Amino acid sequence: MNSRTRAIVLASGLALLAAVPPLAGLLDQPFYLDLVRRVMIFAIAALSLNLILGYGGMISFGHAAYLGIGAYAVGVLAHYGIDNGFLQWALAIGASALVALAIGAVSIRTSGVYFIMITLAFTQMLYYLGISIEEFGGDDGMRLAVKSQFGLIDLNNTIAFYYLVLAILVLFLFLGHRLVNSRFGMVIRAARSNEARTRSIGFSPYPYRLAAFVIAGAMCGLAGALLVNHTAYLTPEFMNWTRSGELMFMVILGGIASIAGPVLGAFALLFLEDALSGWTEHWQLILGPLLVLSVLFFKRGLAGLLFGKNE
Amino acid sequence: MNKVLLEVRGLTKSFGALLASDNVDLEVLEGETHAIIGPNGAGKTTLIGQLAGDLVPDRGRVRFAGEDITALSAPARSHRGFARSFQITSIYADFTALENVMLAVQAHAGSSFRFWSPARAERALQEPARRVLEEVGLGARAGVPAGSLAHGEQRALEIAMALATRPRLMLLDEPVAGMGAEETQRMIAFLSTLKGGKTLILVEHDMDAVFSLADRVSVLVYGRIIATGTPQEVRANAEVRHAYLGEEIAA
Repeated sequence: MNSRTRAIVLASGLALLAAVPPLAGLLDQPFYLDLVRRVMIFAIAALSLNLILGYGGMISFGHAAYLGIGAYAVGVLAHYGIDNGFLQWALAIGASALVALAIGAVSIRTSGVYFIMITLAFTQMLYYLGISIEEFGGDDGMRLAVKSQFGLIDLNNTIAFYYLVLAILVLFLFLGHRLVNSRFGMVIRAARSNEARTRSIGFSPYPYRLAAFVIAGAMCGLAGALLVNHTAYLTPEFMNWTRSGELMFMVILGGIASIAGPVLGAFALLFLEDALSGWTEHWQLILGPLLVLSVLFFKRGLAGLLFGKNE
Repeated sequence: MNKVLLEVRGLTKSFGALLASDNVDLEVLEGETHAIIGPNGAGKTTLIGQLAGDLVPDRGRVRFAGEDITALSAPARSHRGFARSFQITSIYADFTALENVMLAVQAHAGSSFRFWSPARAERALQEPARRVLEEVGLGARAGVPAGSLAHGEQRALEIAMALATRPRLMLLDEPVAGMGAEETQRMIAFLSTLKGGKTLILVEHDMDAVFSLADRVSVLVYGRIIATGTPQEVRANAEVRHAYLGEEIAA
């Protein structure tokens, strides 16, 4: 499939997403608006994870940390009566970037299984920190009394919120596309493909990997800010390790090393989860084997099926 | 052509009880092609690793153009003018041949903390990369994924990536390994065009390659350099004949 056809497929997909609110209104099924919005928020998070996992070869098992930090940035400020959305979201992005810098600075010195375990450990630390702070509801979490305030855009208007999430998703798809094809992107992909060669031609991979780790963390922090506004509830569960695992699954299922892949993965995983859980309470028994089969048979993920060989 | 470019003094490296480099002294002159030969297990790859900066020696110093570079990493050495090819082909299999070489150019063409413009479209990277590909005979194969190239072509791509960093010193680890006779001849012919312009350190098993390319040869046995000299001198050296060359020359 050439790049033009790929662009057409991508554009049709986005057009379909743009058509969800009127369709849901027409069919009187507001539930779908809610579901798709939630999926798109996770797609943003998965997309950010894919930058480091798929393109950078850094298998982070702790990416949910930034969902949590983004959510807490919004929730905590709101708790103290600061509901300015620009401030809240700037803090969500900034705090996530800072934490990613700290975690990355340590983790990226390791590789392989150690990297997986150390990113998991850091995120578990944050998870338990969230549980232990009674002021913010401990492990029960707390309600987000007021959504982020932006003046013109009212997040209480479900349709406006929907289109804001879609716009951010499209923006991040575009940013991601520019990033992985830039000089910077070529270096992190090269370092993933062959580290010894990359060092010998003169690149020290560490600063590039760290920068990618921080960018991915910051992007996921924004997804966290969206998520807490979506659920209107702040809970440390956003940082649970199973959440990190789900994000990884979205990336792998959708197809690593393709920018749109994780979006497909998020849709496939969450729709499947929704459909199966409506059908039987033992839905995880069915979802598990399906995921195993998909990893075995679609090595390039759903994006590989749909787009063929990717960039 | 008699200035010392690379000076190695007392280089020692052991892995447990195995002494892989035993007090190695080596001088490589600017512009010469210096071959390092030795039987399997003599410590050639360990020595190359220490010269390239991938392995840290236990003792000893490495000086390059008068500067002590013993503590420098491989990327830092690359920016001082080192380049290497690997014994086992080491390329980016998913990238095209052109992209492989463009990356090597990119590493030496300003900052790579650029996040926006597509690197593939940069003419300042493309043009030098194409020139180097032409030089090694891969001009027509620029758009082919490196993983799909024939073995001999991949070996040539290795050399192209090293050349694209515009090095002063090239460490070539068995550049004709696994090549057929015809490909070997072509590679030797190409490497001989580099002679004089660049300083080459050639680690090689193939005696044809060594004796047709090298100005001087050092013989490494059990981690020690037992002789250094012109190919004729080394061939005539009794100790070398005994330790290594004997059987091959007799055969």
